[in-house]
Amino acid sequence: MKKLSARRRHPLAALVVLLFALAVTGGLYAAFAPADKAQADDSAQSLAIEEGKKLYAVGCASCHGTGGQGTSDGPSLVGVGAAAVDFQVGTGRMPAQQPGAQVPRKKNIYSNAQIDQLAAYVASLGAGPTVPDKEQYSPDGADIGKGGELFRTNCAQCHNFTGKGGALTDGKYAPTLEGVDPKHIYEAMETGPQNMPSFGDGSLSKENKKDIIAYLGAVNGDESESPGGLDLGGLGPVSEGLFGYIFGLGTLIVVAIWVAARTTKAKKS
Amino acid sequence: MSETGRHADVPEETLPSERETAHVSVEKAENPFADPGLPPHEHRIQDIDERAAKRSERVVALQFLVSMLATVAFIASYVAVPVDKIVYIWPIGHISALNFALGLSLGVALFCIGAGAVHWARTLMSDVEVADERHPIEAEPEVKAKVMEDFAQGAKESGFGRRKLVRNTLFGALAMVPLSGVVLLRDLGPLPGTKLRTTGWKRGVRLVNQSTNLPLRPEDIAVGSLTFAKPEGLEDDAEDFNVQIAKDALMIVRIKPEDIKDKQELSWSYDGIVAYSKICTHVGCPISLYEQQTHHVLCPCHQSTFDLSDGGRVIFGPAGHALPQLHIMVKDGFLEAASGFEEPVGPSFWERG
Amino acid sequence: MSNETSATTTRRGKAPRGERVADWADGRLGIYSLAKANMRKIFPDHWSFMLGEVALYSFIIIILTGVYLTLFFHPSMAEVVYHGSYVPMHGIRMTQAFESTLAISFDVRGGLLIRQIHHWAALVFLAAMMVHMMRVFFTGAFRKPREVNWLFGFLLFVLGMFTGFTGYSLPDDLLSGTGVRFIEGVILAMPLVGSYLQMFIFGGEFPGHDIIPRFFTVHVLLLPGIMLGLLVAHLILVFYHKHTQFPGAGKTNNNVVGMPLLPVYMAKAGGFFFLVFGVISVIAAVASINPVWAIGPYRPDQVSTGAQPDWYMGFAEGLVRVMPGWEWNFWGHTVNFGVLIPILVFPLVLVAIAVYPFVESWIRGDKREHHILDRPRNVPTRTGFGVAWLVAYFVMLIGGGNDLWATHFHLSINSITWFVRIAFFVGPVLAFIATKRICMGLQRRDRDKVLHGRESGIIKRLPHGEFIEVHEPLDQEQLHVLTQHEQPTPIELGPEVDENGVERKVSRTQKLRAKLSKSYYGEDSVIPKPTVEEYKEITSGHGHH
Repeated sequence: MKKLSARRRHPLAALVVLLFALAVTGGLYAAFAPADKAQADDSAQSLAIEEGKKLYAVGCASCHGTGGQGTSDGPSLVGVGAAAVDFQVGTGRMPAQQPGAQVPRKKNIYSNAQIDQLAAYVASLGAGPTVPDKEQYSPDGADIGKGGELFRTNCAQCHNFTGKGGALTDGKYAPTLEGVDPKHIYEAMETGPQNMPSFGDGSLSKENKKDIIAYLGAVNGDESESPGGLDLGGLGPVSEGLFGYIFGLGTLIVVAIWVAARTTKAKKS
Repeated sequence: MSETGRHADVPEETLPSERETAHVSVEKAENPFADPGLPPHEHRIQDIDERAAKRSERVVALQFLVSMLATVAFIASYVAVPVDKIVYIWPIGHISALNFALGLSLGVALFCIGAGAVHWARTLMSDVEVADERHPIEAEPEVKAKVMEDFAQGAKESGFGRRKLVRNTLFGALAMVPLSGVVLLRDLGPLPGTKLRTTGWKRGVRLVNQSTNLPLRPEDIAVGSLTFAKPEGLEDDAEDFNVQIAKDALMIVRIKPEDIKDKQELSWSYDGIVAYSKICTHVGCPISLYEQQTHHVLCPCHQSTFDLSDGGRVIFGPAGHALPQLHIMVKDGFLEAASGFEEPVGPSFWERG
Repeated sequence: MSNETSATTTRRGKAPRGERVADWADGRLGIYSLAKANMRKIFPDHWSFMLGEVALYSFIIIILTGVYLTLFFHPSMAEVVYHGSYVPMHGIRMTQAFESTLAISFDVRGGLLIRQIHHWAALVFLAAMMVHMMRVFFTGAFRKPREVNWLFGFLLFVLGMFTGFTGYSLPDDLLSGTGVRFIEGVILAMPLVGSYLQMFIFGGEFPGHDIIPRFFTVHVLLLPGIMLGLLVAHLILVFYHKHTQFPGAGKTNNNVVGMPLLPVYMAKAGGFFFLVFGVISVIAAVASINPVWAIGPYRPDQVSTGAQPDWYMGFAEGLVRVMPGWEWNFWGHTVNFGVLIPILVFPLVLVAIAVYPFVESWIRGDKREHHILDRPRNVPTRTGFGVAWLVAYFVMLIGGGNDLWATHFHLSINSITWFVRIAFFVGPVLAFIATKRICMGLQRRDRDKVLHGRESGIIKRLPHGEFIEVHEPLDQEQLHVLTQHEQPTPIELGPEVDENGVERKVSRTQKLRAKLSKSYYGEDSVIPKPTVEEYKEITSGHGHH
């Protein structure tokens, strides 16, 4: 204890305290930060066996109106089609939790069967794009190269070269495409959720969409190759510059401190 | 900032007082702040303990040895690892085995040489600090006087000041001769002419979908959709494709006619289908971050934001003028240009007007 | 190098052959006189003195790897259809420049490594130059006689930025092509000559077929050639001036204390080259940089979000991003201030730091040589200016990456832009004031430490019950370090009228200079350092407090 109090005023004490404080703050933050999981709505789960309309009445009607005609809180669902429901509910965006610049992707709280029931109900309100079948979005037989070119023409401006996402105006953003089900990517292109424009078959043909999904599978999957090493988020020069400063110059400064430091003297014990 | 310049604006006596430059060792006793002088040299363990020195020597040699092994590893990986082999290495990811092996072995080979040399210098070479004297950089007055004298002599002998005709014609010749170099630069490129004003669009040219390569029909464009188009006849493998597409690229969206605020935009549209240049008016990035609910389009380079429901007006960012709109119409069921662009597309320039 | 060999051999006396070689060289090159002056040259040791070495060594690494890359790179904009080893790029049209970059990355064994070392070393090179420049700035190492060398270093930094820009544009990928398009827009924005310059530089309309080969020449020949010359001059001057040193025992303005070039410094500096090369190689082994295969070839109608330049151009990017869109039209002419103003502010920001040494020497009117470094706290105005400059620089760097800040911190891109617009003007002012105050606080603490010693943290109870904290007195070296700096008095303009009652003419520049001088030496910048008398009175009197 005496030793500690004697060293309390050591010239390096402030540095040690600072590092310690940083570590504690970081640790506390990590421990108490709200984990990013959406709370499943118990009431919705207890109604799991009900049919689409009943599901709709509970989960959706408050914003989209009892007949899907839309209210001031949510757009009309007449004619959006089953694909839109499958995308919005399947990616957990709907039901939305709170208003904001954009409804974020979160954990889906409905079962596949329930989503199908909801989709069937909304599709019955007016014809719209249907849920694509596996054949349409599987990468088999697709042209990855062409898909890359199409992606750079139509998608990369918002979603980044390899689909890492990017900023839009006033806090809106194009989300990352990492870990998104190919089916949902297909549906998003078809229906244009939120501020994303739609890419109907007249804009991007069915083959185009398949090629794009195949390209994304090649460059943005868990198994995607990054031959050069860490991809640093795939964000380009900003993260490269940060990495260069911290790990490049930072390491070299540590090395320089060692090179220039005085060698330990024999007398000191 | 010359010496004389500094003298000129403020009288000498008002300059900050010049303190003693020579250090006074006489005062040392009575001045506790005086420079104590170089501390006596203290020995390192290696200086007094031969075993420690030997240990250091072995560490240094070991590092050089590791470097040699790493170079062998480098050559072995170069020969043995296929160039296209991908391996998973935690936590980096799926990476090129060859790049990883070569980089790591080269890094170790180089680092160990450096670490060995530095360790050698730090522990085995003398660490006695030495003081070296500095000498003022300015020349002694005699040297300066001699130089001035020599220069005056040389200048006089050349007659540079006296023979004004020779001097002035020399200046003239020297000033003119670089002009040849400037003239030679002329063929770097053509003159601008009307190049910046012309695009591939003119009346009757069909709008072709960039992605499907098919001419566009109005029913291909749904409300809230986004489509990119090029003029019919411009093929991807054309010699000047890049030059043309840098001016011709179009962005086509459909807005409910009642949502279009600008009268001219409405009259240049077809049933809510509007065609705008994809080239940002700021510095020419292909602007296309279209938000279908707000009808705003954002440039990813510098965030210029344009309102496509209001004549392509700039609503944010550094762009100086609205996005040019292409007047379109429908003929035989296909979309086509009703005229060329009425103004130059892309960034502004002096003659743009 | 032969001079080292000769020296070693002479002293060991083992290899008269080496000595004969040295004699031969001396007869023709005069190496003995050169070696006499330089072989035992003294270099002081401090880690911050090695930042410049980091820059130097990364430059050498860049040249070595760059030469290798030219063996495989085709600086051509002729278009080809790709059928190489990278599958997701099959069937794509691209220029030969891009195709050969893919070949270097995927087909040349070790090509990817060399490419990555080259690019990482470039980032480290610029970063090291920047930090080195800041070290020189804050310690006042730019003062006489080193002003010219400061300019050489500054030019190296600026040329490095442009060499970097032309270099990362060479692969003709979508990201760098977007940067080249930006340059086209900048050139077009030049009043009067813009469209002509654009045609000449690009050999016609954008993008044309000439810009990559032209950039190649600039990148591998013109700029590195100039930089090499400047670098050699920079190093010669470092040798000639002898290195500066921090104040300390035995270190005066008339000496330099450290280790001799041969052997210690040579081993350390030579070893450090290998350390730098090694670290950068390992980074190139584990971290990807500029993965052009993921970015795709350039096409003027394609783009990706997050389009940024490499970090050293980031502050220019920020200036361009946050500029409001002003454009003037008059008499059929257009002036695009939205581009023009940022492009004029960009060099001004750089020049502001470059001319600082000359401004300071004018204000201080100090004509002596300075070889002892300043502690930044003792020159609050300079330190404040430097921090203000850095704040302006980094605020713009934030502006340059506003889209990534927006997505990663869930902010609005528009709010960030507005923040940067305001902070660019307000931030430096606040930083200046805050830094000056912090410096004053540190000066006060130094004074306290000199007079009362270092607080030891040990609490002692005196016989009569009072508690005191024991202060440890400083040793003589520490006392010297804390008091060795000068505190001149500010320039006085003198009386308004001279002794004859004639009004003295005081020019405006003189008044300005007197004012600025006050900001350096006036009461607001200087805590009077303790005098010997003060010290003696306190130490002899009442013991430690």
